[in-house]
Amino acid sequence: MHANFLDPYQEGTSPVHRLDARIKLILVIAFILTSALTPAGAWPIFTLLLSLVLSAELLSDLGIVFFMKRALLALPFVLAALPLLVTVDGVVLLALPLGLSITQQGLERFISISLRSWISVQAAVLLASTTTFPEILHAMRALGLPRLMVAIIGLMWRYLFVMVDEVLRMLRARTARSGESEFSGHRAGGTIFWRSQVAGGMAGSLFLRSLERSDRIYHAMLARGYDGEIRSLPQPGLRPVDWLVLFIVLLLLLSLLVLSRILWG
Amino acid sequence: MSCVVEIRDLSFTYPDGHKALDHITLDLAHGEKVALVGPNGAGKSTLLLHLNGILPRQTGEIRVSGLDVSGKNLGRVRALVGLVFQSPDDQLFSPTVFDDVAYGPIYQGLPAEEVRQRVQEALERVKMSEYSSRVSHHLSVGEKKRIAIATVLSMKPAVLVLDEPTAGLDPRARRTLIELLRELPITMIVASHDLPMVRELLPRTVVMDQGRIVADGPTATILSDPDLLARHGLEQ
Ligand SMILES: Nc1ncnc2c1ncn2[C@@H]1O[C@H](COP(=O)(O)OP(=O)(O)O)[C@@H](O)[C@H]1O
Ligand SMILES: [Mg+2]
Repeated sequence: MHANFLDPYQEGTSPVHRLDARIKLILVIAFILTSALTPAGAWPIFTLLLSLVLSAELLSDLGIVFFMKRALLALPFVLAALPLLVTVDGVVLLALPLGLSITQQGLERFISISLRSWISVQAAVLLASTTTFPEILHAMRALGLPRLMVAIIGLMWRYLFVMVDEVLRMLRARTARSGESEFSGHRAGGTIFWRSQVAGGMAGSLFLRSLERSDRIYHAMLARGYDGEIRSLPQPGLRPVDWLVLFIVLLLLLSLLVLSRILWG
Repeated sequence: MSCVVEIRDLSFTYPDGHKALDHITLDLAHGEKVALVGPNGAGKSTLLLHLNGILPRQTGEIRVSGLDVSGKNLGRVRALVGLVFQSPDDQLFSPTVFDDVAYGPIYQGLPAEEVRQRVQEALERVKMSEYSSRVSHHLSVGEKKRIAIATVLSMKPAVLVLDEPTAGLDPRARRTLIELLRELPITMIVASHDLPMVRELLPRTVVMDQGRIVADGPTATILSDPDLLARHGLEQ
């Protein structure tokens, strides 16, 4: 009974998996920045960025379908951008009731934002599914993120699994005792009020147990000399191919960005 | 059909490809008390989790009181099978002892008066009557274990299923538990490494190893076969 399904990491030996985590982290951040800074309406640039992330996905051997499913995470951002359709002034394309209208500029902004979030989420999903979480933590540290922040992110990740495991066990115990009486006439399930009471009780127990467990874990960590730093064997040096990938992709992103600002900015 | 539990040719493979049950066939008659012994990883817990459909059956058959353990029967089966998990912390999920013991009966839709009566009865059976309003979180392991048993007794199950009930108990708590299990007039199947308890409490023993049943017979016969026990990682 383990919450493995939460871990986005997918085992693999593709070139993307093997690329150094530090390089991947830098490139993903650079990629997301580039797509955020590319002006609305720069369609060729968006297309190039999309093909860049798609090629990396292909290289990762996980299959495009996998990424398309996970990229649905971008949906909330798209919905949040929906009002742009009717709030931006400009050439009216379609008049709606209530005095609203869809403008060309609004449509352009909306599609650009949707595209940006869609490809950025894909890049993040690519990073998370080809890099183990400890590797990402080390990479954050190596890139100079404060030790406390990395420690907090690391512990959050660890406790997330502990808590979800606990929840799964509680739900299993509840299922095991959710039986139906042999006498028809007794409707199984209880009242909604009672069920919400049970759920509330479970949440309370979960909170208490997590609190105590986190204490125990923390003490065990202290007992083994934990001081806020995650230690590991020294990170291997970067291979020439890591440098090469870093250099080429950064250059590519930079030129795309400059080009987009000159032509559409 | 006088068997409470009938298992035919049951096999189960975990999602990671590990084959945990391999063609298990086993019958429990009414009132029988059976021990399920075997080394760690033999598949005992996996088998027990099948009895009320917590793990879905892959191939083979399981019936409880004549009901196929699947689909629309699961509700009925869960009331008939009282499954007590190894760790009481996995069993108890409500703030107070009363809430936990009352969960099964309330879920079944029994009238309030009967729920109270069943909780009372179940707690008496495990000698914990005065604990009804306690917060289960702060009880000792032995006490939690008894409450865990009460949470399924209140459902009046046809078969009691216990996973390593004496694991982690001190001698006195273990003794109390054995005595109260002895007094329960109900079919039970108990997974355990505690061979002295098995000898004392359970007349029939089933030995499992690597997902298979390797021996099944009177406890006295099986426990007096040192070769068999040694072969399957058990010792007196
Ligand atoms: N959730 C799981 N996923 C994969 N393998 C498991 C899981 N649970 C148990 N197993 C494996 O199945 C085998 C049987 O386990 P289990 O039924 O717990 O044995 P026992 O209770 O006899 O010690 C073991 O080899 C164990 O590693
Ligand atoms: Mg077990």
